[in-house]
Amino acid sequence: MANVLMELSDSLAGTVETVGRGTVRVEGRRRLPASGIAWSRDGLVVTAHHVLEQDEDIRVGLPDGEAVTASVVGRDPTTDVAVLRVEAGDLTPPALAGPDEVKVGELVLAIGRPGKSARATLGIVSVLGKEWHTRAGGRLDRYLQTDVVMYPGFSGGPLAGASGEVLGLNTSALVRGASVAVPVATLHRVVDTLVAHGRVRRGYLGVGTQPVRLPADVAQGLERDTGLLVVSVEPGSPAHGDGLVLGDTIVALDGAPVRHLDDLLALLTEDRIGGRVPLQVLRGGRLQDMSVAVGERP
Amino acid sequence: MSGLLLNLGSDLETVLEDVRPGLVQVRDGRGAGGAGTVWHPDGLILTNAHVVAGGPVSVTFRDGRTLPADLLARDAGLDLAALSVEAAGLPTVALGESRTLRPGQIVLALGHPQGLVGAVTAGVVIGSENGARGPEGAEWITADLHLRPGYSGGPLVDARGRLVGINFMMNGPGVGMAVPVHVVKAFLRRNLGGSRARPESETLALAPVPSPPG
Repeated sequence: MANVLMELSDSLAGTVETVGRGTVRVEGRRRLPASGIAWSRDGLVVTAHHVLEQDEDIRVGLPDGEAVTASVVGRDPTTDVAVLRVEAGDLTPPALAGPDEVKVGELVLAIGRPGKSARATLGIVSVLGKEWHTRAGGRLDRYLQTDVVMYPGFSGGPLAGASGEVLGLNTSALVRGASVAVPVATLHRVVDTLVAHGRVRRGYLGVGTQPVRLPADVAQGLERDTGLLVVSVEPGSPAHGDGLVLGDTIVALDGAPVRHLDDLLALLTEDRIGGRVPLQVLRGGRLQDMSVAVGERP
Repeated sequence: MSGLLLNLGSDLETVLEDVRPGLVQVRDGRGAGGAGTVWHPDGLILTNAHVVAGGPVSVTFRDGRTLPADLLARDAGLDLAALSVEAAGLPTVALGESRTLRPGQIVLALGHPQGLVGAVTAGVVIGSENGARGPEGAEWITADLHLRPGYSGGPLVDARGRLVGINFMMNGPGVGMAVPVHVVKAFLRRNLGGSRARPESETLALAPVPSPPG
């Protein structure tokens, strides 16, 4: 009789049951509730930033059926992670996978609790990439995409691997039409920062930019094809104060190439806030070195 | 690893061999028709109400036989219909328990998508939905299955090949819904009384199907 199939089926249901004990319902928007992961026994819950459309009157539904009020500890829109605190003690955080414990092709379950009971969909890890920057400039320690169906209300819930450990937090907001998970390493980093500061600080110059093709001779000299054309300068911003003007094309920051917006956002890390950085720009057809202060993104 | 996958494949095959004989095609003179599930060896067949909304109904079995069917009961709210054909000793699908289905459990849906006879698709139980929408007593199994047209009325079985639901529709991309067998049983009790109930002893039957009495 069907042994492997039955074992697999029972094992998947077992994983949903175990991880489901650490999966909560998050009511932070008017329409459908979403999901969250119990992060610490004493009341921290991690969820997706985009499912919290309000900062007050947030309710968290626990696996035992109890619903409790929650306060927002902090949000990081750039990685789509938010941390809540609930007053109820004794949550059951699921086991978290260590780094490098995920493989392409591995079976994964997306688990959510938009209603009273845990729900799940099955898929595999489709893409596993290196460090990746979101469109909003957030840094994910690695890119993790799956083919799980994101059932309504699954955002903020855990992605569990074959071992039954949590690999990340599911969100449908980072990449349109794709199921992407924020990996555990990023969750640790962002949660620690949010608990300490209430937000994740990012560097800021105050320019609006657009990638443009560099003139052939410049491209050859710099060994890169594109730079970032400054198309707007925020009045009163560090860029404004230090003389960046419309039409400048940023090609390097602190010696590192700036080809796309992703490069610039990745270079504007928290530790640069309050300091000055060397900037190389193309102005009037000539490369020019300058320095600019790094502010904190409002 | 590859050995495990091969075993998984052959297990799936075994389950399908058990279940396929209980899957039929149902036509009502419109379009490509849908699927049906043999509920009782004496000719009782379950399908969706929306599959039999037109003219005279006929049922085609796996062996190619096509028989006219009477519509015994129809509930558009639950999207269930009970049909009867003049036959005996039909192969049925072993009955499972739909109330104890767990999210994550593997399920298989059988049907005839776009006229492909006897097709199958696999996924896991997402959970169950009930209450708010639909009529009283309505309740559905949701699964991450892509139930294209033609799966309607076919069996949804668990990893043991036991009937847990009757497929009925898609609810968004990649989400299929089925009417749980306990809702089907209540529908039959309500509409047909005890007369056509399946004997309880058969609910566990994995045994060979009784042969027709000649």
